[in-house]
Amino acid sequence: MIEYQVDADGIATIAWAMRDRPMNVLNADSMGLFKTLVERAIADPAVKGAIVTSAKDDFIAGADLQRIFETLEPAPFFERCTTFHALTRTIEKSGKPFVAALNGTALGGGYEIALACHRRIAADRPKMQLGLPEVAIGLMPGGGGTQRLPRLIGARAALPLMLEGKRLDPKAALKAGLVDALVPPAELLAAAKAWILSRPEPVQPWDRKDFKLPDGGAWTPRFVETFMAGTAMLRAKTHGVYPAPRAIMSAVYEGLQVPIDAALRIEARWFTHIVTSPEARGMVRTLFFGLQSANKLANRPKAPAPRKFAKIGVLGAGMMGAGIAFVSAAAGIEVVLIDATLAQAEKGKAYSVGLLDRRVKQGRMTAAERDAVLARIRPSVDYAELAGSQLAIEAVFENRAIKAEVTNKAEAVLAADAVFASNTSTLPISGLAEASARPERFIGLHFFSPVDRMMLVEVIRGAKTSDECLAWALDFVKAIRKTPIVVNDSRGFYTSRVFGTYVNEGLAMLAEGVAPALIENAGRLAGMPVGPLALADEVSLDLMHKVRAQTKADLGKDYRTGPGEAVLTAMVETLGRVGKKAGKGFYAYPESGKKALWPDLAKTFPLAKEQPEAAELIERYLTVQAVETARCVGEKVVVDPADADVGAILGWGFAPQTGGPLSLIEGIGLGDFVARCERLAQRHGPRFTPPALLREMAAKGASFYNKAA
Amino acid sequence: MTEAFIYDAVRTPRGKGKTDGALHEVPAVRLAASALTSLAARSRLDTGLVDDVVLGCVEPVGEQGADIGRSAVLEAGWAESVAGVQINRFCASGLEACNMAAAQVMSGQSQLTVGGGVESMSRVRMGSAGGAWMVDPELAFRTYFVPQGVSADLLATKYGISRDDVDAYAVESQRRAAAAWSEGRFERSVAPVKDQNGLTVCAKDEHLRPGTSMQSLAALTPSFAGIGEAIGFDAVIQQRYPEVERVNHVHTPGNSSGIVDGAAAVLIGNREIGSKLGLKPRARIRGFASIGTEPSIMLTGPSFSVEKALQRAGMGYGDVDLYEVNEAFAAVVLRFMQVSNVWFDKINVNGGAIALGHPLGATGAMLLGTVLDEMERRGLGTGCVTLCVGAGMGTATVIERV
Repeated sequence: MIEYQVDADGIATIAWAMRDRPMNVLNADSMGLFKTLVERAIADPAVKGAIVTSAKDDFIAGADLQRIFETLEPAPFFERCTTFHALTRTIEKSGKPFVAALNGTALGGGYEIALACHRRIAADRPKMQLGLPEVAIGLMPGGGGTQRLPRLIGARAALPLMLEGKRLDPKAALKAGLVDALVPPAELLAAAKAWILSRPEPVQPWDRKDFKLPDGGAWTPRFVETFMAGTAMLRAKTHGVYPAPRAIMSAVYEGLQVPIDAALRIEARWFTHIVTSPEARGMVRTLFFGLQSANKLANRPKAPAPRKFAKIGVLGAGMMGAGIAFVSAAAGIEVVLIDATLAQAEKGKAYSVGLLDRRVKQGRMTAAERDAVLARIRPSVDYAELAGSQLAIEAVFENRAIKAEVTNKAEAVLAADAVFASNTSTLPISGLAEASARPERFIGLHFFSPVDRMMLVEVIRGAKTSDECLAWALDFVKAIRKTPIVVNDSRGFYTSRVFGTYVNEGLAMLAEGVAPALIENAGRLAGMPVGPLALADEVSLDLMHKVRAQTKADLGKDYRTGPGEAVLTAMVETLGRVGKKAGKGFYAYPESGKKALWPDLAKTFPLAKEQPEAAELIERYLTVQAVETARCVGEKVVVDPADADVGAILGWGFAPQTGGPLSLIEGIGLGDFVARCERLAQRHGPRFTPPALLREMAAKGASFYNKAA
Repeated sequence: MTEAFIYDAVRTPRGKGKTDGALHEVPAVRLAASALTSLAARSRLDTGLVDDVVLGCVEPVGEQGADIGRSAVLEAGWAESVAGVQINRFCASGLEACNMAAAQVMSGQSQLTVGGGVESMSRVRMGSAGGAWMVDPELAFRTYFVPQGVSADLLATKYGISRDDVDAYAVESQRRAAAAWSEGRFERSVAPVKDQNGLTVCAKDEHLRPGTSMQSLAALTPSFAGIGEAIGFDAVIQQRYPEVERVNHVHTPGNSSGIVDGAAAVLIGNREIGSKLGLKPRARIRGFASIGTEPSIMLTGPSFSVEKALQRAGMGYGDVDLYEVNEAFAAVVLRFMQVSNVWFDKINVNGGAIALGHPLGATGAMLLGTVLDEMERRGLGTGCVTLCVGAGMGTATVIERV
């Protein structure tokens, strides 16, 4: 697990090598052995100093997240933290020089071990990453990072790295002061050894009597400004929904006012507080494990073997088609981009030119690399050029006739084993597949806009879609480095269906006379990225109106009137305010300056005398989405709970602090959630009524994630 | 309960709180001692009879640190038996010092005390004392800390107070203050600050801008829009008040309190000590109160503290003849009017801190003297002083002439 040897010069090398794991990770087993080896090196009089490195490709990826939640009682967890800190202090005060030879990625706890060494030398490998990214999954540095990094580079430099969870490449890490030197990979161990042989004084800066914090001590004007402004900026950015960054701020603030040993205890207290929070559990579950399993195609049928995609066709070169062409070409796939006229097809390609030019300008790409990507996109009007494609994705208008036409034209050229995918976001896949000559090879690939930035692809299985087709579609999503979730066919599938409940809840509130600013701000305070009225403007109200009319026509007497429909009708039919594209919707969009809520909104939908607390609205927003998600599970629209949670956060930005709608339900407890739904249903209507599945699960004490229970 | 009486009240002039202000060269302890010396001289006071000197000070660090109450007693050369203490209720410190000094008398534990305050804002900058409330991330985050100016702008936004409203208020404050000075209405209380040679350093308030007009005020840019947007304080307070779409930044240096240097002292005692010293009580302290309010909007305390003090005294808003409501920001007074329905002709009749300045630790004690002088000049019976206070508090004192 960890190799140990002492060479003729008296230099011990402690090399991490967890062979049974993809990467080195910190857990009770590995840390136990590491401690033994550190103590051996310190105790051995023949050892002059020690190199901490790895015999694997990475250095240490961080803590073993599978085991971090083993203890959820504060006392034993705090104990575990102090044990870790004791070991790092042993290294620091050993009197022998310890050097971290960072041969590869060192993140989180891995980088924190490096911080406890007297020197950090990194191999200059541009792909490796260094930093403290814990916050991204609801955690915080808990191995001394919040104390050592600010003491090393100053609080003002360290805080953004930890609060944003930045991962730096070696050059950036050197510049920021995270490492002391960069050397070519082959010379790493020699450089580490040479440093030990130079007889450095093995004392950490913070253990020196004359130590001063790099950017001024506690309660200097700079310190005051850092925390006063930093706290405000953090709240402004995060709307106060994440406990972890708050804890990071506090740990740094409190820790910098005391010596390192007390500071590490302060960190341990905050870290314990965070690890035992429901937010950390939900975020790790979804944003680490859920995301990982989705990216590994956990729901891919075992057969057939993974397929490689060399050439695809994209039908329709509008916003979505152009985006799909871009991400595919960027992943090395040849793309035929077809539209009705060559000018339109070329316009679609021009979208990629714009994106790539920006990357070249920013120095993220060379001109040659850009040209290579662009060369893979071939604008055309000729369906014959689709020949040889393994996949065709249509992204034409949401119109069944047009979609049927392109399906037929494409299938006439495509090979028998090629997949035909529709990027529809509203029309049921099984219905569209009726136009197909081979519905078993027909599938939905629902991309999100803008395609180059949105990581999710909702893969929709039609009634006749084959396992093979699903497997291939997932292979494609992986090839373009997106995250797939698998859902079954339904109106609005999973993401659009649940997302719609959020927007509709905002419209319902407007109809009730809730102040528009309160509706919008409460949305953000719930952890949603944008208020529901602003979202409705983005989607455009006439589109929502049209979809509703279609739904009404399709469902006939089964159609149930939604709560905010009168608002939508008034906005579209009476007021002609259809949203952002028209320059007027719930917001007014002045030509210069920021959008502002339409001042007459409160007149059109008169304000109620009694305004609700934001907390009530937040509860409604989160609950209405969570209960709809539970319905989707009950109807088997979405099968894997991780897909539901990952899809919600990546797809429409559902409150990430919850870990997703199902994690939210589990965090509250199913019984309490059912009771909450019933209370809200009584007050606001049947859209909150809990589905039978939830009641049954609550009665049995069952869990979405823990099937055994 | 023993009754507490005000026997006298003095204040220094308010010097411009900048390096070119007349009082900038005067150490804070000497400024405080100047007020004590004037107070003792006017009453030919045997200082050995004073039990305690309670001084408010908001930035008690550096030269204002280490108990400037006792330091001022020593600097003034008062009897060594006189104790001194420094207290901090932020902007209401001077009034709170008087209340605490009165409380000692009312409880029978002291017979003669001094309440007052000092702040040399030109020498010890605002914010020098730091503090957990605004800097400790846990507390600042939980309480939606924003700087006071952003709170004042939110207060205006939330209660429909416009830029024109606050500017018009400021114009009137300047007009009233200038009129008061030209009619000599402050003469009874203002005692010049003199140097060791008896030469006058400062004899008159320096901050006034007579002739201030709507046009001249309109030219000023809002003081807090920059930090509100750049640092995100607007977003912070909006999260506490999500019914507000955006903060309307209306406050400028022209309609907010001025930064000045100054000190004040109020002599408070029971009836017996007055008779013993041959001093005539000028007013009786009817009641006082402090209260905590929502800390992020911060500045709504005046009405709540006044209601609490009035209720204790068995009175209502209408029973008070004159009010001093500290003009920390114009919107604070305008909001007080909305809540209390007290007309502007009873409030701050000689102007306020927008024209005269707000030496943080001293202002409350100054206002007590100001309202008492004007009650006497007009022959009115009752007065009330109130100030909004940082971190969401209010302090009020009700007095009546005897």
